[in-house]
Amino acid sequence: MTAPDMSVNIAGIKLRNPVMTASGTFGYGEEFSEYVDLEKIGAYVTKGLSLKPKAGNPTPRIVETPGGMLNAIGLQNVGIDVFVEKKLPFIRSVNTPAIVNFFGNTIDEYAELAHRLDELPEVAGMEVNISCPNVKQGGIVFGTDPACAFDVVSACRKATAKPLIVKLSPNVTDVTVMARACEDAGADALSLINTLTGMAIDLQKRRPVLANVTGGFSGPAIKPVALRMVWQVSRVVKVPVIGIGGIMNATDALEFMLAGATAVQVGTASFINPASAQQVAEGMEDWLLKNHVTDVKSLIGALET
Amino acid sequence: MQFKSMILSNFQVSPGYWRMRMTAPPEFASARPGQFVMVRVNSAIDPLLRRPFGIFDVGVHTPSHSGGVSQPCFEILYRVVGKGTEMLSSLHSTDQLDILGPLGKGFTVGEPGQDKLIVGGGVGLAPLYLLARELVKDSPVRLFAGGRTRDDILCITEFERLGVECYVATEDGSLGRCGLVTEALTATLDMLQGRPSIFACGPHGMLNAVARIAGQRELSCQVSLEGYMACGVGACLGCVTPGREHSVEHPDYRCVCAEGPVFESSDLGWGR
Repeated sequence: MTAPDMSVNIAGIKLRNPVMTASGTFGYGEEFSEYVDLEKIGAYVTKGLSLKPKAGNPTPRIVETPGGMLNAIGLQNVGIDVFVEKKLPFIRSVNTPAIVNFFGNTIDEYAELAHRLDELPEVAGMEVNISCPNVKQGGIVFGTDPACAFDVVSACRKATAKPLIVKLSPNVTDVTVMARACEDAGADALSLINTLTGMAIDLQKRRPVLANVTGGFSGPAIKPVALRMVWQVSRVVKVPVIGIGGIMNATDALEFMLAGATAVQVGTASFINPASAQQVAEGMEDWLLKNHVTDVKSLIGALET
Repeated sequence: MQFKSMILSNFQVSPGYWRMRMTAPPEFASARPGQFVMVRVNSAIDPLLRRPFGIFDVGVHTPSHSGGVSQPCFEILYRVVGKGTEMLSSLHSTDQLDILGPLGKGFTVGEPGQDKLIVGGGVGLAPLYLLARELVKDSPVRLFAGGRTRDDILCITEFERLGVECYVATEDGSLGRCGLVTEALTATLDMLQGRPSIFACGPHGMLNAVARIAGQRELSCQVSLEGYMACGVGACLGCVTPGREHSVEHPDYRCVCAEGPVFESSDLGWGR
């Protein structure tokens, strides 16, 4: 039997298979390159980038919980200037699309970053993290207010012609409202879910475990929530959806595709097993072969309800 | 590298402290003192993350029964502190583990002939044995081992067998001198000629005290740190520690797993 067609297309980015890595779990690609063949995955998403370097939060920054982990890294990153100088050469050397995740404190910062990234030929596409507080509007999180989200995505859209993916926060009452606002503002694709806000407590110390008190919850424990949101969103938008949330293996990834995802991102799993994304892609191909599915695209939204 | 390892032995060396020997690929022999491994305790999702352990020793395992094949191996020394280490302590020989390593930057051994002082608190001795083995090849080595009680003093006979002069201090006086390990360190520093190098691993309070002593005397002091980490390769940024220039206004964080776990103590911020 011939190999199944594993390729998908996200907003013009051709992926050899639907498996990407999730921002913040894969560094700038180079960190894991000893353990994973980057040219066996569909794309990789780099750590959230800001205009200026960002030092991040005090420690403890991470804590494990049953089936998951909380992180409050605080978006530590090198800033765009160091990114261009130190990280781009590696990205250039890899024959796999690199998608750069970025964020800002104001709409102007988002737009400026989108513009700077637009000029870099190594950047195949951008993923906008809208789960950040809007400094100019009293700290309301862009991604939890449809009007704010619309404005920030519109500003990015004007600043770039490259594929623009918007990463949605699950910490909202109705994720489909946010999804529609981002689509209306010109997003080429939506990725979801970002982490769920959570916390952990040390009983004996009577203190929160994380220095930041709250953190983003990720890992296999969040998969059911992520699947539900991907299913909801993919039914109301026309743009492709990228499923993220607790994907540990090929079965998880294929479930996201049935729920409506065109591609998936592997996140926390890469911490436990650096080769996770590659193994998920290989496992998906094996499943397709075994089940006589000739094209992975035929699974997108093929859930029978 | 990432590899499947088979447990060769796993036994308690002192109440709450265990020592595990595991198989390793031949390339593992190049592990440097101070490097660590990330161990996946089981293949389930709880515990989810790998656990970091300093490499206690690297060598070749020769089975006691005749006809067995010698194979490369390494050891970890660990304390049971939670769910992950509890599970680890319940594993038996022939059980399999998934290992990432050797990881991180190890100790720099310094000049031959120069006095080498190793300071270990409790399970902090874990990465110091391999270091001692390396240092005794060309330098006089002293070990200062400290703990709350005699139960926290681990594997001293192993160090003695290398020819290391061992000083023991416990807070309750149940073994060695009663008091802190840093008192014995200071007394020895007062006595020694020349410029000894210090190597330390243990609780943060002990490392802070050792760093201060080394700083006052302007001696080279390398410390090996612990950190909560998810990946062990510099991607998650969970395990950072404040660097020398750190302040709330101008944060300066160093990544324990990728830039360390061994740091020159003067490069770190100690909250002074």
